Amino acid sequence: MVILQTLVKKFGIWVAYLAVLLLLPQLFDSILAISIYNQMAIAIVFALSYNMLLGQGGMLSFGHAVYFGMGGFLGVHTLLMIENESVYFSVMWVPFIGGLFGLLCALFIGSFSTRKAGTVFAMISLGIGELIAASSLIFVDFFGGEAGISGDRTFGPTFFGVDFAQNIQIYYLAAIWTFIATIFMYLFTQTPAGRMANAVRDNPIRAEFIGYSARRVRFISFCAAGLFAGVAGGLFALNYEFITEENLNAATSGRVLLMAYIGGLGYFIGPIIGAVLLTLMNTLLSTYTDLWLLYLGILFLLTVMFLPRGFAGFIMMHQVAWLRGRLTSLIKPYLITGLPALVFLLGVVTLIELIHTEDETLSIWGLSLTPASVPTWIVLIAITGAAFYGIRRSLPQLREAWHAANKPDGEGN
Amino acid sequence: MAILSLKDVHKSFGITHIIRGVSLDIEQGEKHAIIGPNGAGKSTLYHLISGLYSVTSGTIELKGEEIQNKPPYEISRRGLARSFQVTNIFPRMSVFENVRCALLWSRGFRYSFWHLLGRQGELNDCAMEVLSQIGLLEKASFPAGELAYAQQRALELGITIASGAEVILLDEPVAGMSHSEAENAVQLIRQITEGKTLVMVEHDMNIVFDVADRISVLVYGEVIASDKPAAIRGNQRVQEAYLGEVATHA
Ligand SMILES: Nc1ncnc2c1ncn2[C@@H]1O[C@H](COP(=O)(O)OP(=O)(O)OP(=O)(O)O)[C@@H](O)[C@H]1O
Ligand SMILES: [Mg+2]
Repeated sequence: MVILQTLVKKFGIWVAYLAVLLLLPQLFDSILAISIYNQMAIAIVFALSYNMLLGQGGMLSFGHAVYFGMGGFLGVHTLLMIENESVYFSVMWVPFIGGLFGLLCALFIGSFSTRKAGTVFAMISLGIGELIAASSLIFVDFFGGEAGISGDRTFGPTFFGVDFAQNIQIYYLAAIWTFIATIFMYLFTQTPAGRMANAVRDNPIRAEFIGYSARRVRFISFCAAGLFAGVAGGLFALNYEFITEENLNAATSGRVLLMAYIGGLGYFIGPIIGAVLLTLMNTLLSTYTDLWLLYLGILFLLTVMFLPRGFAGFIMMHQVAWLRGRLTSLIKPYLITGLPALVFLLGVVTLIELIHTEDETLSIWGLSLTPASVPTWIVLIAITGAAFYGIRRSLPQLREAWHAANKPDGEGN
Repeated sequence: MAILSLKDVHKSFGITHIIRGVSLDIEQGEKHAIIGPNGAGKSTLYHLISGLYSVTSGTIELKGEEIQNKPPYEISRRGLARSFQVTNIFPRMSVFENVRCALLWSRGFRYSFWHLLGRQGELNDCAMEVLSQIGLLEKASFPAGELAYAQQRALELGITIASGAEVILLDEPVAGMSHSEAENAVQLIRQITEGKTLVMVEHDMNIVFDVADRISVLVYGEVIASDKPAAIRGNQRVQEAYLGEVATHA
């Protein structure tokens, strides 16, 4: 019994993680859903690898997509080689090849870029990103120019009869790869090199006085991050069977930064949350509105300003109240502030969409609104304004409830 | 033979000559105090010995090998550890992790990414042992940055001594502490440097005369005297340059 309990405690979360990954297709199995799951799996590995740099190692990179993209390009080339039979193995190993190439690139670039952290590192990463993106137009054989390169994953030997032709098969493969990559990235944080990455992030000078070269520690994290970004790139190659320069440029680097940041850099699980959230926005929200990038920008700003430790940090904030058994006392104040906040949010979104639309009527939330009608605007602005007032009015109560819930036991006011 | 030996060490920042030819021999097992007025260059001297700064000229030998201008991590690996005047810890990591990280290199883990720390029973026991020595056992899982000042100073000491270095340099370990905290800290320093070579910069003369077997007086980047405590107390130049000043301030 005791053994079972410790096993559950130790591995329960991993079993649950694997179960969720494998059971997702039972929840929704439409073509769109599977495609979204695939993107999520890729994003999770990529965002976790980014967090090895920024969250664990304190290296702000604006060019992490380089390793993702390089892994992806070599992944597609591997598909091509499998197709013309210059190599003979199952396409399921493509993420592994991508990872090796990501590692190779990181070994080379990291040898000089990790010399310093901070601004110098950030600027070098930006420079390298631009350089590689520009090279893609020069080395056309490898990068395929602006059109990129494409392959076909249906060649090569099957794996016990699985040929990975269908997206659902790719999803299960991606889920396994994601699971393995997540475990290894987690285990890395538990090793001397991983822990010293935290130490160097916190205080690089002091780290040198306990025997560690800060540069070497950063280099190791950097290579590990490159390896797993390459794995994500390989998964991308398998899933889409094509890749272009866009997948290694600054925009992709920026997106992975957003994922890790919005999810929460300080927590291992943060980037997973961020990857899921941003993939959903990218895939679902973008079908409803072409302004989704604006909303992503707003979400990022709100996170930086109000949830500096991301969504994971927001969840973890409640640990103290939970341990003291006072979490339920927060439900009512959360609702009282949350309701006007929701109305405010919907109001702002409606106003933005109303400004943006060029049609006669705007269909939103089951309503149909006329941009030309002045009363519509007046009512909307009034509702939004009232909601804002409601937030302001209820905020002090929420704050008070928060303090009460977090205050140590037996302490008076 | 001296375990730590400085020969005519100079350090200039631009045209400002801060350390002006310091020669100093520290014997194995000695408890050596360095005293001197503010701005004399005591911390700078530590930075030179420990590799944070490069020397302008002169040599520094640790156990007979030249270490000047080597990076701090190499000097640390050769068995010299130091603390800082301004608390210098890993603020976002737990107190336990702070100490465990300080143990890693000396325990041979190097840059390993194949050992799992949770399974290193001996390493973890040793970290707990250090925590109990410095009285921070209860705070083990606390983020180091959230400790009270005196506790952070204790952790600073813990990080410094964890590796079991033979030569320990402490820079004003009790500055800013209350009287009772300082007494505890001195007790602790005595205990953890038992059998080791200790070099200590300290302004509190009671502590200096209490702990040290030898005292060097640094004034304007020069050692004006280096002797037994009793001789230093009676030294006329030291009286004029430093101790007199302390007396009038007190
Ligand atoms: N990096 C530097 N660049 C220029 N000048 C420096 C530098 N570091 C120290 N100094 C100068 O060197 C002198 C000695 O400083 P140091 O910190 O070594 O003194 P100290 O003896 O430790 O004093 P205190 O008792 O106040 O700690 C000071 O005048 C200081 O301004
Ligand atoms: Mg000083």
